[in-house]
Amino acid sequence: MPYSQDELATMNSIIERYPRSRSAIMPLLHFVQSRAGYVTNEGIETIAKLLTIETAEVSAVATFYTQYKRKPVGEYHVGVCTNTLCAVMGGDAIFSALKDHLGVENDGVTADGKVSLEHIECNAACDYAPVVMANWEFYDNQTVESAKSLVDAARAGNPPAPTRGPNKLVTWKEASAVLAGINDGLANEGVQAGEPSLLGLKLSKNGGAK
Amino acid sequence: MTKLTPVLSAHWDEKDSFTIQAYKRHGGYKASEKALAMDPDAVIQLIKDSGLRGRGGAGFPTGMKWGFIPQGDDKDHYLVVNADESEPGTCKDMPLLMANPHVLVEGCIIASHAIRAKRAFIYIRGEVTHVVRRLNQAIEDAYKAGHLGNGFDLVLHVGAGAYICGEETALLDSLEGFRGQPRLRPPFPAIAGLYARPTVVNNVESIASVPAIIANGAEWYQSMGTEKSKGATLYSLSGHVKNPGQFEAPLGITLREILELAGGVRSGHKLKFWTPGGSSTPIFTDAHLDTPLDYEGVSAAGSMLGTKALQIFDETTCVVRAVLRWTEFYKHESCGKCTPCREGTWWLVQILRDLEDGRGTEADLEKLLDLCDNIMGRSFCALGDGATSPITSSIKHFRDEYIAHLTNGGCPFDSAKSTLFEGANA
Repeated sequence: MPYSQDELATMNSIIERYPRSRSAIMPLLHFVQSRAGYVTNEGIETIAKLLTIETAEVSAVATFYTQYKRKPVGEYHVGVCTNTLCAVMGGDAIFSALKDHLGVENDGVTADGKVSLEHIECNAACDYAPVVMANWEFYDNQTVESAKSLVDAARAGNPPAPTRGPNKLVTWKEASAVLAGINDGLANEGVQAGEPSLLGLKLSKNGGAK
Repeated sequence: MTKLTPVLSAHWDEKDSFTIQAYKRHGGYKASEKALAMDPDAVIQLIKDSGLRGRGGAGFPTGMKWGFIPQGDDKDHYLVVNADESEPGTCKDMPLLMANPHVLVEGCIIASHAIRAKRAFIYIRGEVTHVVRRLNQAIEDAYKAGHLGNGFDLVLHVGAGAYICGEETALLDSLEGFRGQPRLRPPFPAIAGLYARPTVVNNVESIASVPAIIANGAEWYQSMGTEKSKGATLYSLSGHVKNPGQFEAPLGITLREILELAGGVRSGHKLKFWTPGGSSTPIFTDAHLDTPLDYEGVSAAGSMLGTKALQIFDETTCVVRAVLRWTEFYKHESCGKCTPCREGTWWLVQILRDLEDGRGTEADLEKLLDLCDNIMGRSFCALGDGATSPITSSIKHFRDEYIAHLTNGGCPFDSAKSTLFEGANA
């Protein structure tokens, strides 16, 4: 399906953010994912045309970065941190339990297209370990059970809200639009910080008392 | 008698801390007003005088970096903020930006004025949807309030999941629309950075520290910290501790002091090893509890302050498993540009896997060290160097544990015991 005039206008506005058009390649790839759910050949061709570069140059960028998917992922893409700290504290157990529970391997998608699973690297939330991400929103302090109920609810179309994120989990396509720099109006939803982020501040206010 | 000094984190406990209203309630955007009325060189001098050093890991003096930008050269200058926080264990910039994105926006205004940049970019990692929302909204609100625009533009650029883009020249290549691969230096970014123009690349926390320094003065900042490591900083405590979290304290605090504040290692367990500043910094043991956590102190003890990511592992953790997992990370994230890193990390993983499974021999330890010797200092960028740190330091401190895998015919640890839900799901 070709891009609409509105979509092309958005893509052009992304290009205008930069003094040199090629810099727009990454947000444009996020935008392409927000339409199709993954980086389609058509998306690559359109970006190449808009930036007047070769499709091979766009592909070269798209395949370098792991967040760009060359095939469809689930409506809810779940990432389990299995870098050392999260892995040790339960991430390995969570990842292996989710593989069994969903019947998919790493990078697999459930047959209903609802949930995909990936093991991810450190997501900058180590004080909330073990960490699970869904559509790159934070699900802090996970257990095998909480992660299973997250994916079950996601498959039923009713995922719980992220721990630190908007009041409702957006879809993979909607999240991709945010990463393309499109404001979805949800910035003011959710907590400003979780408890671990506030620990030092609270202790300093209590004069160090625990 | 706490040593904690919340500056960056001072108002994170207010529910609307991320809004422009909350930021202004506490004097927000007053520092940029003050700085914009100053001569740019005076701003650079003030930051030099404060002693602020880079909080992204290397600890390079921030004011000096700004001073390297050639003046009166009629070229466009750029400020690029590195918000690609991806070093394993590092978790300070994302909570900072979620709770108070405006402090970074204001820091960008001040720093750009100092280096005479009309445009700045924030390169944020892509795997943090809500942080992207908050920062985008903050930039939008700062434009509406007139703090941005009028000849200075700030653009948020969202990455797409490549650790290497935290390396400043790979970040610049990525921002220019290429695969994120590091560049040969010289020329350094100060001479030929973004679009081959003079560019300052600073970490989020470095730039976010600037407004308070402008507001309170260099002397105030100097009054915190140690002789050569001035100021306060965010220490991120994670792992097998009772209460993990962020602790903003003067440079030079020790792990023993932070652990006391955090209630210690989780109950019934004891400290085995830890990283002072992320996985690329050589590991420490309980012998380093009193090492001052400033740039010089950690370095003198054989590691690096890095990002102050204090990852704590107790005695249930297999050090070989931990190191193997970090090594798999470096192998996965190696950009492939240079041979020592691309091939070397591949070999490191093969050998470590054999050792963890009890299939190796003692000679493999020497081979590992030999490989590390051929990667360290011979790679294009610090990713290769970082990959060797966990290996060489763990063999130094825990050689017996590697050997135990061989005599035991496999890992002698029960990984379930290291989890936080031990027994709950076994």
